[in-house]
Amino acid sequence: MKKFASKFLMAVMAVSLCAVPALAENIKVGAILAVTGGASFLGGPEARSLEMLVEEVNSKGGINGNKIELIIKDSAASPEKAISFAKQLIEEEKVLAIIGPSTSGETMKIKNICEQAKTPLLSCGAAEVIVNPVASYVFKTPQKDSFAVKKIFMEMNKMGISKVAVLAGNTGFGKAGKGQLLKLAPEFGIEIVETEVYDKKSNDLSAVVAKIKANKDVQAVINWSIVPAQAIVAKNMRQAGWDVPLFQSHGFGNIKYVEAAGAAAEGIIFPAGRLLIADSLPADNPQKELLMAYKKNYEAKFNEPASTFGGHGYDAFTILMAAIAEGGNDRDKVRAAIEGLTNFAGTGGVFNFSAEDHNGLGIDAFQMMTVKDGKFVAYTGK
Amino acid sequence: MKKLLSILPLLVVVIGVHLLTSATDTMYYLTQMTMSAYYSLLIIGLCVLMGYAGQISLGHAGFFAIGGYLSAALTTHSLIPHQNTTLVGLLDSAGLLLSGQNLYGEALLVVTPWAACIIAVLTAAIIAVIIGIPVLKLKGHYLAMATLGFGIIIYRVALAMEYFGEADGISEVPPFVLMSGLSVSGNFSDRVQNYYIAWVLLLIGMVLLLNLIDSRVGRALRGIHGSDEAADAMGVNTARFKLQTFVLSAVFAAVAGVLLTHYNGGIGPSEAGVMKSVRYVAIVAVGGMAHLWGALLMGIVLNFLSLRGVFGSYDDAVFGLILIVIMLFAPNGILSLNIRHRLKHFLGRRKQDKEGEA
Amino acid sequence: MTTELFIQYLMAGITYGSIYAIVAIGFNIIYNTTGIINFAQGEFVMFGGMISITLLQFMPLPLAILSAVAITMLIGALIEICFIRWLKSPSVLRLIIITIGISILSREVAVHIWGESIRSLPYFVGNEITSISIFGARISPQVLWVVAASGLMVICLGIFFQITSVGREMRASASNRKAATLCGINTQNMVTLSFVLSAGIGALAGCVMSPITYSQYDMGTGLAIKGFTVAILGGLGSSGGAVAAGLLLGIIEAFSVSVVPLAFQDAISIAILLIILFVRPQGLFGSKEAAGLKEF
Repeated sequence: MKKFASKFLMAVMAVSLCAVPALAENIKVGAILAVTGGASFLGGPEARSLEMLVEEVNSKGGINGNKIELIIKDSAASPEKAISFAKQLIEEEKVLAIIGPSTSGETMKIKNICEQAKTPLLSCGAAEVIVNPVASYVFKTPQKDSFAVKKIFMEMNKMGISKVAVLAGNTGFGKAGKGQLLKLAPEFGIEIVETEVYDKKSNDLSAVVAKIKANKDVQAVINWSIVPAQAIVAKNMRQAGWDVPLFQSHGFGNIKYVEAAGAAAEGIIFPAGRLLIADSLPADNPQKELLMAYKKNYEAKFNEPASTFGGHGYDAFTILMAAIAEGGNDRDKVRAAIEGLTNFAGTGGVFNFSAEDHNGLGIDAFQMMTVKDGKFVAYTGK
Repeated sequence: MKKLLSILPLLVVVIGVHLLTSATDTMYYLTQMTMSAYYSLLIIGLCVLMGYAGQISLGHAGFFAIGGYLSAALTTHSLIPHQNTTLVGLLDSAGLLLSGQNLYGEALLVVTPWAACIIAVLTAAIIAVIIGIPVLKLKGHYLAMATLGFGIIIYRVALAMEYFGEADGISEVPPFVLMSGLSVSGNFSDRVQNYYIAWVLLLIGMVLLLNLIDSRVGRALRGIHGSDEAADAMGVNTARFKLQTFVLSAVFAAVAGVLLTHYNGGIGPSEAGVMKSVRYVAIVAVGGMAHLWGALLMGIVLNFLSLRGVFGSYDDAVFGLILIVIMLFAPNGILSLNIRHRLKHFLGRRKQDKEGEA
Repeated sequence: MTTELFIQYLMAGITYGSIYAIVAIGFNIIYNTTGIINFAQGEFVMFGGMISITLLQFMPLPLAILSAVAITMLIGALIEICFIRWLKSPSVLRLIIITIGISILSREVAVHIWGESIRSLPYFVGNEITSISIFGARISPQVLWVVAASGLMVICLGIFFQITSVGREMRASASNRKAATLCGINTQNMVTLSFVLSAGIGALAGCVMSPITYSQYDMGTGLAIKGFTVAILGGLGSSGGAVAAGLLLGIIEAFSVSVVPLAFQDAISIAILLIILFVRPQGLFGSKEAAGLKEF
């Protein structure tokens, strides 16, 4: 008996030790990002972008004289952790707003928690269900999948392609994209003749490529995923001597994938935010200046190429800062300020929020791009 | 009765933690305490399987996921499109269906949480029987591989099926109303009752298992752990006892899965992942394989810290390190280290050494 | 199914299969001398790939690969000396858990050194789009490298274990440790040597497959599970069995694409394994008598 009692005393002590008094002078902002785990290629750059931005803002004296205190929680893409962290950030840290999570699955789990606790959430998840139906406190910064799909289909209409094969990764991103592709294809008179879903850790897809190649109807392939397998699809297709056009999603917006696919990446067509072609934008483009600055600072600080994924974190942070400048340290006012934000240039496009649109990006946020000589360039048609 | 008494101090601690947090205005700790309690329910079940019956399972997250996913899918996916099928008609006439609305005003027709819970736990138990009969004939690496394989299949199925939400999992799972005024839900206002629901359940689980390991079955199980053949020779039906323990631990896992899913309001594929199963094994190992109290304590402490994000980006690394260190230096668990005795011994030796030098 | 498609599937299957087989052989070498299944085997493959990619910045490709293999061998030795060597008659459960822990830690070390992004070695011959034609099917020349490397390894290992005295001593320690010790064989060193060998094989596999599959910090787990599956299918401890089972599983996986959705591919290969375990625990190619002597 005594032994047990002493053990549980230990447990209680362990619990109470964690009680750290909270300081309430700065403006606290929480972030739940998948820094490690299966979605770390999203969460990693996002977290690094946030760290960089917070440093920048604070070194300039903060927002209206208030320093920003950023608390980044690593969810490792597990919804249960995201849920625990969301509750922790809201009640314990009493954060003003939460940035993230990186994936749609996690975002959907904490959507209602944030709504209930009236805490603004700026998700970096891609799926449209995050903002449709609109929850008044939930926003998202990545462009809508449906716009990316429409962009691709519009391009296909121009090229005269009507029968396609769809490949998708088994991540939330792939799932959402596949759904939109299947839903919107009839509108554009496009028929999807093959659909396959591959594992996010796939390391060779030559068998499945052989399978869809055997279907002579296929005029083009659309691959929708965010994982390294994007480069593998390209390689396996070209190695099989199959040269139909390969379309990818905006998940391809990371030069690392181009490097990995090497010569096979040439000619891939995909929609993406303009970050990737910042250098070649005309000087009067509203995004040009901030894109160049973000790219330069990020690459100098972390010694790795900037990706559009990190850009989603960048946008969430700058939107929140703009809202704080207007609404101060008040959740409701900040929420209202985000909703009222228009003509706000970010890395993903020019945001125009409204009560009905909590994403704020139009179809023009996307630019069709292609790969030429190992670099991203704007796609201008054949 | 004795078992009930030994649980009492724990009950006092449970109430104590509640009073302490409410007095210091830190009630938010109860959120993670509740979640940890559900994980610990799985862990004590696994502890009996591993420590007392000597059977490793690297697939217990699979049973947790079966419970969680089935319950979530049944109580969340609307049956309205299938309204005219006989099955739905039967369920409806049996009073097992619930119609309502979701947050955005769409009409819903779903299975009641009670029915869903029973279906989910029964399914887990049946799968445990089907898998258990052949799997438990295996030993050592083969047993490890078979259970690991089972876990992977469940993970793959959850990830591949539209019905289970693929990579996104299932969200907006409704609260589980146990009785009027008492429901398992993540609402901030229900926190205290949920803390007690989870912990009372854990206490009941503890009493059950403590009784089990002290009974004839428990002695038989220890016999199996020591030597299958010897236990067999003594007339113990080892296969039956192993299977019973396997199914029992699967049921514990499934119940934990069902309730945590309703508490969290959703479930994702990470709950079924291999790393989750490995983590449960790690916690049992750290607590001491044949040490139910150790498993409980470690289950609470480690899950609590992990869910609060104390380990940051090193969460997995910490678990890996704990695994190695404990298995190298204290294979019988952290509580088996009589630290005071060792320290004394160590200091005593140092003293002797010094005297020797002098 | 056209012949062309058939051969294309076959070649894809052989590519996966050779990779699985090499990993499984790594498992077997350690299992044979120690009775341990080293769950960190996949991490050797990862280390091989990652280290060679890093070294490539400083030296030519062949040298980078050789150095990476040597460094990984050293890591293998260190792991054995630090974590396994001094345990006195540890239980199987304990060893399983320790090697799982090593695997998790290695992964974490890798992510903190190399980050989460993917890397790859350049193709040994040609580039990403080079392919050669075999009966109308087209494959990358790198596939031949992978197949050749695994074939070479099997042959070299066979020679090593059958002919050289060290190899014979290792086999002696495996079949009866006590007797081997009595004959004056230092069985502990044999165990270390087995870790070194299997680390080297894993690392070499990591290098030859890197252009095809890429290298990433968390590639080890998936490979280890597949390798383990193959090792058991082929009968634990049998190198020939591992090759046969590896190719079989790879080909089944490749052809399964034509019948079931790709998303269920892994579930199917694991289900095959479970069925084999239930009806023939000694594996497809293992003999029942030999299996009866082993402690499962």
